[in-house]
Amino acid sequence: MKRSMSDRLSILADAAKYDASCASSGTDKRNARKAGGLGSAGGGGICHAYAPDGRCISLLKILLTNFCVYDCAYCINRSSSNVERARFSVEDVVWLTLEFYRRNYIEGLFLSSGIIRSSDYTMEQLVRVARELRLTHRFGGYIHLKTIPDASPGLIEEAGLYADRLSINVEMPTEQGLAQYAPQKEAAGIRQAMGDVRGLIDAGRDRSHGGRRPPRFAPGGQSTQMIVGADAASDRDVLTSATRLYNGYRLRRVYYSAFSPIPDASALLPVRPPPLVREHRLYQADWMVRFYGFAADEITAAIPDGMLSLDLDPKLAWALANRALFPLDLNTASREMLLRVPGLGPKAVQALLAARQHRTIRVEDLTRLNVSVRKVRPFVSARGWSPTKLADRHDLGTLFAPKPQQMSLL
Amino acid sequence: MTRFRARVSADGDSACWRTLARRALRAGIAPERLDWIEDGKDDDLFPVDAPWPEEDPARAPVLSRAALTLIETALCHSDPVRHDLAYRLVWRLQDEAGLLAVSTDADVARLRRMAQAVRRDSHKMTAFVRFREQPGCNGRRRFCAWFEPDHHILRRVAPFFANRFTDMDWLIATPRGSIAWDGETLDVRSGAFTRPELADDLDQLWRTYYGATFNPARVKIQAMKSEMPRKYWRNLPETNDIPALLAGADARVRRMAAQQAAPAPAFHHSLRKRLPRVPEDRD
Ligand code: SF4
Repeated sequence: MKRSMSDRLSILADAAKYDASCASSGTDKRNARKAGGLGSAGGGGICHAYAPDGRCISLLKILLTNFCVYDCAYCINRSSSNVERARFSVEDVVWLTLEFYRRNYIEGLFLSSGIIRSSDYTMEQLVRVARELRLTHRFGGYIHLKTIPDASPGLIEEAGLYADRLSINVEMPTEQGLAQYAPQKEAAGIRQAMGDVRGLIDAGRDRSHGGRRPPRFAPGGQSTQMIVGADAASDRDVLTSATRLYNGYRLRRVYYSAFSPIPDASALLPVRPPPLVREHRLYQADWMVRFYGFAADEITAAIPDGMLSLDLDPKLAWALANRALFPLDLNTASREMLLRVPGLGPKAVQALLAARQHRTIRVEDLTRLNVSVRKVRPFVSARGWSPTKLADRHDLGTLFAPKPQQMSLL
Repeated sequence: MTRFRARVSADGDSACWRTLARRALRAGIAPERLDWIEDGKDDDLFPVDAPWPEEDPARAPVLSRAALTLIETALCHSDPVRHDLAYRLVWRLQDEAGLLAVSTDADVARLRRMAQAVRRDSHKMTAFVRFREQPGCNGRRRFCAWFEPDHHILRRVAPFFANRFTDMDWLIATPRGSIAWDGETLDVRSGAFTRPELADDLDQLWRTYYGATFNPARVKIQAMKSEMPRKYWRNLPETNDIPALLAGADARVRRMAAQQAAPAPAFHHSLRKRLPRVPEDRD
């Protein structure tokens, strides 16, 4: 008996939710008033709702099907799992996307799939959805397609013509992890696919000799995801691997997904999930690299086991480990150093640099920049304020000790 | 000392404020002597407005593009002090050209915060408007939405909706006015609407999606509420399910854990026979 639309949606959204990505920003500008059809894109991205897990709902994130011939141990859809299975038709997905979009529930579609029959067959189905949306319905909203491992290059090329973003998950921080948990996937093949996509994206940006632009290819770039806490990789391994991915394939984002207790989890996996704080700390460290000018190895340099502290945010932990560098004078310190002050973000630093050309900065001024003076004060000096040198304080441990937190339920 | 008055519309339209601010600068009226009064907020302490001093043609008030953009954004704020604050800033800017860069200045900080609130309100409107389908005519589909913005943002956000929902007719009604689109004309009006009862069959599927995409193993209510504050909930159909989703979260997680020991489905075993790359039984 065929399942109802509602049942299929429920199963295939449930199966897709372990992919953390929901970005809908940073693609080419499109606008139906100019181009006709329905939809626009290219702004900062919009979260249309938030689920009670605190995550943004920006895209209709579903699988075409959760049947899969692979047996990746961490995945709810692996062939040996006992989850309920369902399958959407291409028309189902096109209809859902358009109707959800018209009601302003979503920015667009994030479509992935379990592998059925063959990689090419599956990829062909994903491409068909995107082609229908773009060509038949002139849909201008955001499309993120997952590329299927080992799909042929022709299909990937076509996918990039319609999709804003392509992604393929590296899944595990290390090759050993992948070999252990996803025996049918090959790290080399995944890297090859990311390299190919990078080549196509770069080519889509270059003007050719004739001065004509080639068709745009995945203008929103590519991203990937790593599952954290399923294998033995340390945070240092994870960050090193992420840096290699950012540099090697010029990824827009690397997502970290704390391995979740999934229905029907494989006997290979650890019984308890890693604390969600670990995932959060990795994201913070990732930000430090992307927006604060830290090198990945600096962040974990002072940590013997390579695991970020769960209690302290990594920027604060770094500052405490390098306390001899502080306090910094708000009126003279360089941009690079100000960015390293715990509690100062890029916006506040920018505002400080602009303001201090005209005025002398006092510590109280920071409140006007929406900065928490309490957090920043130990690390900076300014007219009328110089903190006890951090290196001289003996109560450092208690000074930054986090408030006791409620234990997580699982 | 004589006080003067400037009368401006209350709907976030900056054109009127600009004209009056320019005239007041030319007339050399210091901010302390000028009262900005919104339409309909008259006091009759002084029934007759004092006439403004002669304008000095030699004075040419200047305002950078960036300053104007910031001020126009802040003027959409609903705080009645906005006109006064904006005028005080342009007055000061005439002598202190770099003032806007001084984010630590009290006036600048306040104006920037107002502009920020307006941008956030506008962004939330583009996020949380929910169109509900109505019977259409002439083959075009028709939708209606109700939204309650905090500030005077209809003019700012109208182009976003027209650029996106171009091939359908729609009306967004609010307590401050409305935006309508018929495929050709974008019509922004002031004047309060009352909240209509709207429904759409698709809402049920959307709620199904909302519940399914929620991961019950990682409840973070505070994170949800800080980005989707309670004040928006009554117009978001999916939020009706939040109490039930939270109440059921633990049970859902326990059910997940309990399922672990279940044996693999039959097709898994037949797959293994067919696909050479699938490894042997691991146990
Ligand atoms: S191939 Fe993808 S869907 Fe299939 S088991 Fe592996 S991770 Fe899951």
